[in-house]
Amino acid sequence: MSVSQSRLATTDLRARSRRTAERDGQRLLVVASGLLVAACIAQSLVTGVAATRSAIAFAALIALGELLRLNLPGDREAAPIGTACALAYALLIRVGSVPARHSAFQVVAVTGIGMALGALPHLAVGHPARTADMATRLLAVSCAAFVFRPLAAEPSIVRHWWVALAVMALLIALAWLVDVVSAAIIRTAALRARFWVTFADEFRVLAPLGVAVGASAMLISFAAEAMGLVAVAVFIAPLLVTQVAFRRYAGIRATYLQTVRALARVTEIGGYVETGHADRVSRLAVAVGRELGVPEPELLELQYAALIHDIGQLSLQDPIPGGATVLVSPDDQRRIAELGAEVIEQADMQDSVAEIVRLQSEPCRSGPPLSSRIIRAVNAFDDLVGSSADAVRATAVIDRLRLDAGAEYDPEVVGALGRIIARRSMLPA
Amino acid sequence: MGRLSRATWFYIGTVLAAAAFVIARSPYQGISWSRLAVLAVLFLVCESVPTAITPRRVAWSPGYAATLASVVLLGPTGAALVGVVSAFCLRRGPTPPQRLFNGAMYALSAYGAGRVFLLLGGTVGIPAGNSFPRIIGAFVGAAGAHIIANYGLVAGVLRLTSTPDRAQRGGRVLDLRLPLPDLGYAVFGLLIAALWSVVGPFAAILVLIPLFVARWAITQFADQQRAYEATLRVLCQAVETKDFYTRGHSERVSRGSVMIARAIGMRPERVEAIRYAGMLHDVGKLGVPTKVLQKTGKLTEEEYAAIQLHPMRGLEIIREIGFLDEALAGIMHHHERIDGRGYPMGLAGDEIPEFARVLAVADAFDCMTSTRSYRGARSLEEAITELRRCSGTQFDPAFVDALVAAVEREGWHTPEVPVPPPDEPVEAAAHDHDDPAAPLRVMESR
Repeated sequence: MSVSQSRLATTDLRARSRRTAERDGQRLLVVASGLLVAACIAQSLVTGVAATRSAIAFAALIALGELLRLNLPGDREAAPIGTACALAYALLIRVGSVPARHSAFQVVAVTGIGMALGALPHLAVGHPARTADMATRLLAVSCAAFVFRPLAAEPSIVRHWWVALAVMALLIALAWLVDVVSAAIIRTAALRARFWVTFADEFRVLAPLGVAVGASAMLISFAAEAMGLVAVAVFIAPLLVTQVAFRRYAGIRATYLQTVRALARVTEIGGYVETGHADRVSRLAVAVGRELGVPEPELLELQYAALIHDIGQLSLQDPIPGGATVLVSPDDQRRIAELGAEVIEQADMQDSVAEIVRLQSEPCRSGPPLSSRIIRAVNAFDDLVGSSADAVRATAVIDRLRLDAGAEYDPEVVGALGRIIARRSMLPA
Repeated sequence: MGRLSRATWFYIGTVLAAAAFVIARSPYQGISWSRLAVLAVLFLVCESVPTAITPRRVAWSPGYAATLASVVLLGPTGAALVGVVSAFCLRRGPTPPQRLFNGAMYALSAYGAGRVFLLLGGTVGIPAGNSFPRIIGAFVGAAGAHIIANYGLVAGVLRLTSTPDRAQRGGRVLDLRLPLPDLGYAVFGLLIAALWSVVGPFAAILVLIPLFVARWAITQFADQQRAYEATLRVLCQAVETKDFYTRGHSERVSRGSVMIARAIGMRPERVEAIRYAGMLHDVGKLGVPTKVLQKTGKLTEEEYAAIQLHPMRGLEIIREIGFLDEALAGIMHHHERIDGRGYPMGLAGDEIPEFARVLAVADAFDCMTSTRSYRGARSLEEAITELRRCSGTQFDPAFVDALVAAVEREGWHTPEVPVPPPDEPVEAAAHDHDDPAAPLRVMESR
C-alpha cells in the first residue's frame, strides 16, 4: 500500500523499527540456540563422545524427522518425528543392556546437527528455512535433556519403570510447554495479537500432536532398551501414520479455504461486487477480530463468513451499482443477508457461518454476534473506501463510521478498525 | 444389510465353522490368560471406536495392533481367541450375523497370521533383546498375512451382500490405499510385544495414545472433507440460481461423467476429480450476463463471444483450488469438439484433454434429457440417437458408447419438469449453449 511521499518518510521509519524489533527478537532466539549448539558440540568434543553409534543413529533419525516436516493449519510447522527422536535421545536410559551415559551437551549437539542436516534439503529446494521454529524445538529438547541426563543413572529410575515413566512424562510436558510458550511469543509479535489468546490457540493446535509426540518419545526410549538400536528406526513408523493423518487434514483444510475463496470470487466475476472486495473484507475482518482477542477457531469462521458475505447478491436480478451494500436500504440489506445465509444453509456448510452472514446487516443496537458486527463495519468501510490506498480518505471513512457507532456499528469494532487502518497507513494514530 | 441371501449364509457359515474348528482343535497349554485378558480388552477398545474415513466407506479400525501383539505374545491360538472378541464390540451398528462373521473372520485371520509368524521363524512369547531385528521379518510377514486374509474375507462378504449397482464396481468397495495405514498400525503390535518386557501391560496403554491421536486427526479430516464438499455444492447452487431451468444440471453432469469414467476403468482418484469437474463445469456462466444467457432470438457476435468465454471464466474462479490439474483442463475445454470447431481453443481429436471429452458427452446428454423453456425434455432414446449422430464430429465415440452402455445398465435419473415460480417473472431462454440439437444462432456479421 503506497501513501504520499512526505508521510512515507516520517512514518515508514517507525514501522520499520517495529518490524526490525520483531525480527531482532527472532534472530536473538536463533543466534542464542546456534551458540548453544556450538558450545555443546565443543564440550562434547573436549570430553569425548559417549556411545558414538547411538549418537549417529539418533542424529540420522532427527535429520529424517526434520526432513519430513509437517505444515499445520494456520501457517504453523512441526517436525513430530524429529522432536520425538530428540526427546527419546534425551530420555534414553539404556540401549539394550548398556546404560546410556551421554551428557545433556551431547543431546543438544546431536539434536542441533541432526536438525541442520535435515533442514539442508529444504533450503536446497528453496523452502523457507524457518529457523525460529527450529530454535524453539531445540530449546524444548534442551530443557528436557538438562534436567534428565543427570538423573539417568539414578538407581530408582533405572530400577523402577514407573518412576522413569512418571519423570519422563513430566519432562515431556515441560518441554512441550516451553515449545508452546515460545511459539506463542513469536506469533504474538508477528500477528500483533494478545499473548494469552495466542497462547490458548497454540495450546489447542499443538496439544494433540504434542501428546502423540510425547508418547512416541517414551516408546522409542523404552524400545531402545528392549531391543537395542537397530529396532528404533522401526518404531517411528506409527508416528509416521499419525503424521500422514495430520498431513491429510492440513491438506483438506487448505483446499477448503481455497474453495471458499473461489466462492467469494464468484460474486466478483459475476459483476456483483468490486474485484478484491471479499478478499479485503476478510483480511480486515480477521485483523479486527485478532485485535479484539477472538480465538482462532472463531477467527476461522469469521474469515469464511467474511469471504462469502455477499453471496446473497447472486440471487438479485440486477447487480447493485458497484456492489456496495452499504448504499441500499436496510430492508434490502437484510434480504441479501438472508438469501446468502439460505444458500449457505442449504448446502449445510456450517451453521455458525450461515448465522454470521444472516445477522451481518443487523444494526449494533439489536445485538448480533461479534463476528456479524465486525463484518458489518468492515464491509461498510470497504464499500466506501474500495481499493483506494488514500490514507486521508480511509481516515475520513473511519470518522464517518464513528458517527454511527453505538447505534449502527459496534464502537469497539470501529475503534479497532481505526487502529488497524492508522497502523497500516502509517499515519500517526 | 437387509435379508441375507442363501449364498451369504453359506459363506458366513463356512467362515464360522472354520474358525470354530481351528479354535477347538488347538492346544491351550502355555497360554498366559492374564496377558490374553489385557490384549482382549485392548482389542475391544480399538474395535469399538472405528472411524469412517469418508462417509459410506469401510471403517478404519486399529484393532490389528492388538491381534498382532497377541500373535507374538500368545501364539496362533491365543491370537484367534483375541480375534473372537470382535463379536462383542461396543458399537451399536453391527447386526448379530455381522458380529458372528466379524468374530470368526478376525479369529481366522489372526490364526493364519500366527501360523505365518511361526513359519518364518518367529518364536512365541515376550521377545528377548537378541531376537531383534530377526523377528521383524517374521512379524511383517504375519502382519501382511493378517491384513490380506482380513480384506479377502471382507471382500467376499461385501461382494455377496452388496446390491447389483454396487457389485459391478466391487473392486472399488475396498480402496487399495486402506491397507497402508493398517500396516502402520500393525507395527504397533510388535511394539506392544517388545515393550512388554520393560513396562509390562502398561505397554498397551502407552501404545493407545498415538493411536488415538491419529484417529482424532482422521475424524477432523472427515469433518473438513464434508465441509469442503458442502462448499462445492454452494458453488454449484450459485451457478444454478442464474437459470431456473438448469437446476440440478451440474449434479447430473457430475453423475454422468462418473458413470463414463467408471465404465472406461479410470483410477478412483481420477473418478473423484471428474466428479468435482462435473459439478463445477459451468461455473464460468456466472461471468456471462444473465440477459445473454436468457436471450430470445439470435445472439450478436459480442454475446456469442461472451458465451464462448465461459469455460475460461470458470477456470478463473476455481484455478486456485488444489484440484487435480486434469479437472481444471476438463472444465476449460468441455466445449471443444472432436472436429476442432469447438471453443475456446478449437482443439481437435486427441488434443482435447480426456476429462473434457468425458464432460462434453455427459453435459450434452443431460441437457437433451431435461426440459428447457423453449422445448420439452427428450426421451432417452432420442437423446442417445442424437449423441450417436454427433459421435465422431462433436463427441468422442468411445465415451458416447461408454455412456450409452452405462445408462442401459444403471438407468438415468431424468429431472422432473420444473415449474417456474409464479411470483418471479422468468425470462424464457430460447437456446442453451449445451444443446447439440439446437446450436446457438448467431446473427450474420454486418
